[in-house]
Amino acid sequence: MASVPYSYGLLLAAVLFGIGFAGLLVRRNLIVVLACIEIMLNAAGLAFVVAGARWGRPDGQVMFLFVLAMAAAEVAVGLAIAIRFRQTLRSLDVDDADEMRG
Amino acid sequence: MMLGLLWLIPSLPAAGFVVLVLGGRRLSRRGAAVVGAGSVGLAALVTLLVAASFIASPPPGDAYRQVLWTWFDVAGLKPQIAFYLDAMSLIFVLVITFVGFLIHLYSTEHMERDEGFTRFFVYMDLFVASMLVLVLADNLLLLYVGWEGVGLCSYLLISYWQKDVENVYAGRKAFVITRVGDTALIVGLFLLFTQLHTLEIQPLMQSAAANWAAGSGFAVAAAALLLGGAVAKSAQLPLQTWLPDAMAGPSPVSALIHAATMVTAGVYLIARTHVLYELAPDVRLTVAIVGTATLLYAGFSALAQHDIKRVLAYSTISQIGYMFLALGVSGWEAAVFHFMTHAFFKALLFLGAGVIIEALADEHDIFRMGGLRRQMPTVFWIFAVGAAALAALPFVTAGFYSKDLIIATSLGSVDGSVWLYLGALAGAFVTALYAFRLVFIVFFGEQHTPVTRRPGWRERLPLYVLGVLSVVGGLVWMPGWLGGFHPLESFLGTALPPTELGGSAFAESAGAALLTIVIVLVGIEIAYLLWLRWQAATARFAAQPVPRAIQAFWLHGWGFDWLYERVFVRPVKWFARIARGDLVEPAVGGIAWLNLRAWRALSASQNGLLRTYLTVAGVGIVLVLAIVVLR
Repeated sequence: MASVPYSYGLLLAAVLFGIGFAGLLVRRNLIVVLACIEIMLNAAGLAFVVAGARWGRPDGQVMFLFVLAMAAAEVAVGLAIAIRFRQTLRSLDVDDADEMRG
Repeated sequence: MMLGLLWLIPSLPAAGFVVLVLGGRRLSRRGAAVVGAGSVGLAALVTLLVAASFIASPPPGDAYRQVLWTWFDVAGLKPQIAFYLDAMSLIFVLVITFVGFLIHLYSTEHMERDEGFTRFFVYMDLFVASMLVLVLADNLLLLYVGWEGVGLCSYLLISYWQKDVENVYAGRKAFVITRVGDTALIVGLFLLFTQLHTLEIQPLMQSAAANWAAGSGFAVAAAALLLGGAVAKSAQLPLQTWLPDAMAGPSPVSALIHAATMVTAGVYLIARTHVLYELAPDVRLTVAIVGTATLLYAGFSALAQHDIKRVLAYSTISQIGYMFLALGVSGWEAAVFHFMTHAFFKALLFLGAGVIIEALADEHDIFRMGGLRRQMPTVFWIFAVGAAALAALPFVTAGFYSKDLIIATSLGSVDGSVWLYLGALAGAFVTALYAFRLVFIVFFGEQHTPVTRRPGWRERLPLYVLGVLSVVGGLVWMPGWLGGFHPLESFLGTALPPTELGGSAFAESAGAALLTIVIVLVGIEIAYLLWLRWQAATARFAAQPVPRAIQAFWLHGWGFDWLYERVFVRPVKWFARIARGDLVEPAVGGIAWLNLRAWRALSASQNGLLRTYLTVAGVGIVLVLAIVVLR
């Protein structure tokens, strides 16, 4: 079975992470921000899986399961925050939450 | 063993202070009065137990030392929180707690309608606790704590009615002037510690006697520095100007702090460290001269005052002058004796003055009083007893025995001299004059102001008790020609050395006492003639230019305030004004400017936008990674 080179996998993870981070920086909608965080988490998970395959060990895939569980928890908290955010500030624009400026 | 209760004596008023500070708002006025006066009353009862135990079965060495804990231990300085009780401190503690309690009881009525009632007792309790620490302290450092504590309370209570700015200035003046002496005192403590390596009073005194020759430089310097502290605290020349102004405080404060107890702290300090003064004859002579000069200065000043409390303030300065004179001629015990009787009759006079001022709707001017004898007969008799004790009316008053003893000692002691004796005699004459001037002007003649209030039992009881003490308080030390019954002398002899006699033998004779008696009686008679019999003629004489100038001079305390204003206050103010534009100012200001700029820059970076923070963090991570990877 011909295998994809590991560097491709890592490159894909890096690109995904970059897309997620860029979205985090440029998008102001809170829901999109949460989605970007998901992308970044998955990029990290992909890197774990690739690394596990590289050394032929199950640890990478085990770690991805943890990342999935954590992502589920994060979404639960994140959406709760989004609801409160909407109720308090009447918007979903993250830049509206700037009350803690110096 | 009742002596073990010693620690309770200062702790009880301190506990009262803490309760009033923490729970004062929740207490009713009655509750605050019970806590404030009750804690001092309990301390007085404990003192009674301790005193009974001390006298019935004297501890070994006639002194009891109670170590509570070690305060700190740094580089050989290891002061302990420890109390030292001997005959002298016992006399002081008895007077402080008993007279203190009577004055507290009086205050519960006198201050009744005052809005800051609880605050008053907070300060008063703190004062009593500090004063007890001062006289019970086993080492000079703890004594200094008490010393500063009473100074603070004095300041707070002089400025007690702080809504009037004059009162605040009076408190500030007292604080600053006594600070001059406090600085001398603490420098003295530094000197003693660096030379003798301890501040515990008894070992210190033994060490000083063993290591320093009489008249040696260190002994003279230490004694002189301690004297500086004593002079400021006890309002002696040249640092006496704060006490007349201190009368801005309520009358009970004047009675407790500025007559009976705090101002005699200097006397206590000198008597406590008498070994140093025995080693420094020149300083001892200075003490005697300061005392004599002060007693004459203040006596004449008192003659010209027309505020009833200022008369008493100057008389306090004058009477403490007598105590200093006694200390200066090694009459340590006589000084303590006069402290005790003075506390009785001067507290009585101040409390009596408080009743009169209250009765006449806050009238302080004696020339607007008059004729109170028929209006307030009991107050008249009690006040007359106090004035008679102040004037040393022979045989029937306490003041006679103690003052006569000092006058005799000033001649009879080996350090005595005719000049000091003549000064003391002249002082006795002036005292009789101004004491009865006060009585005749306030209680006789025409009535000028109607009596609007009469004292209740809580004001009258302390007056009666102090009146009785002012009469019988002197019977504990009678001169030799009167039978020589002197338990106080034998008692104090366990703590203080006896006066070395060797001056004139005349001083101890009945003839010398007769001279004192005649001088006092003549003084009273002249006061009677001047201010009662020939009152109109006196007033006419006083209105002429020269007597008026002298009166004005005495009224303003011989111009000391005027002099100090020009010599110290104005140059300091002038210097502060011109120093405003020097180099230090921009340097200090520059630091502030720099900090302000830096604060603005940092503050701008905190714009509250999550995305900015993320960007900065991202850039930072990339940079760190780049450095790590590309290195």
